[in-house]
Amino acid sequence: MTDFTPISATIGGGMIGLAAVLLMATLGRIAGISGIVGGLADSDDRDWRLAFLVGLVATPALVGLSQPELMRSEFSVSLPLVVLAGVVVGLGTTLGSGCTSGHGVCGNARLSIRSLIATLAFMATGVATTFLVRHVIGGAS
Amino acid sequence: MIRLLASFALGSLFGVGLLVSQMTNPAKVLAFLDVTGDWDPSLAFVMGGALVVTLLGYKLVLGRSKPVLAGKFRLPQRTDIDARLVGGASLFGVGWGLAGLCPGPALASLLFGGVSAAAFTTAMIVTMFITRRF
Repeated sequence: MTDFTPISATIGGGMIGLAAVLLMATLGRIAGISGIVGGLADSDDRDWRLAFLVGLVATPALVGLSQPELMRSEFSVSLPLVVLAGVVVGLGTTLGSGCTSGHGVCGNARLSIRSLIATLAFMATGVATTFLVRHVIGGAS
Repeated sequence: MIRLLASFALGSLFGVGLLVSQMTNPAKVLAFLDVTGDWDPSLAFVMGGALVVTLLGYKLVLGRSKPVLAGKFRLPQRTDIDARLVGGASLFGVGWGLAGLCPGPALASLLFGGVSAAAFTTAMIVTMFITRRF
């Protein structure tokens, strides 16, 4: 279990929102991580995508050096299941054209009906999957 | 060059937001999705905070004629609901609920999430690249 942390959650969320707004204001782009990554495969504008992703990967680890308590990464399923989850997330976000950031934040902020439907869908299956894994297959924990 | 610096800075801000809100920790995400367990509603505050800022910010930004460092705004144009959207998003949720990671947090925790974060991220990116070929 984890503690409810509404203040740091809202501050962190605000930073994510600010990054999304400024990416639109400067480069005119949606801050959808699956889309930014996927575009590396076949777009002709890889430079800004790579720059964004270098920041996304490197800076949290650098900030974490002075705030080690933030660098927690606790997995609850075995490595093969983690890999399977990675495959399913890669497949699902590509077919569904977005993830929690592209649909959940940017798309919903544009009042996109596609993003609203996508968000309801991944929230529903996310809750259902966690329920199955934790309370049906794994027993009550 | 300024485009790339801006992009790097905004990727950094996005990642630090995920770190501060602890979305980089799969246990925190699963504690939100596990609504019948020891529920931790923090993720709703992350999404809510991000959504309010983006909603208001987009209203200001998209009222301008073009972005500061690019020729035009690149916005998705589609409005149709098809099986690919619903099926894809549903699949994504299954993977999200299984491991507790989605694409942003996977990348933001790549350097400190150990073998599991690296394995998840590699599997995710390889699958994205393969799927986009079809």
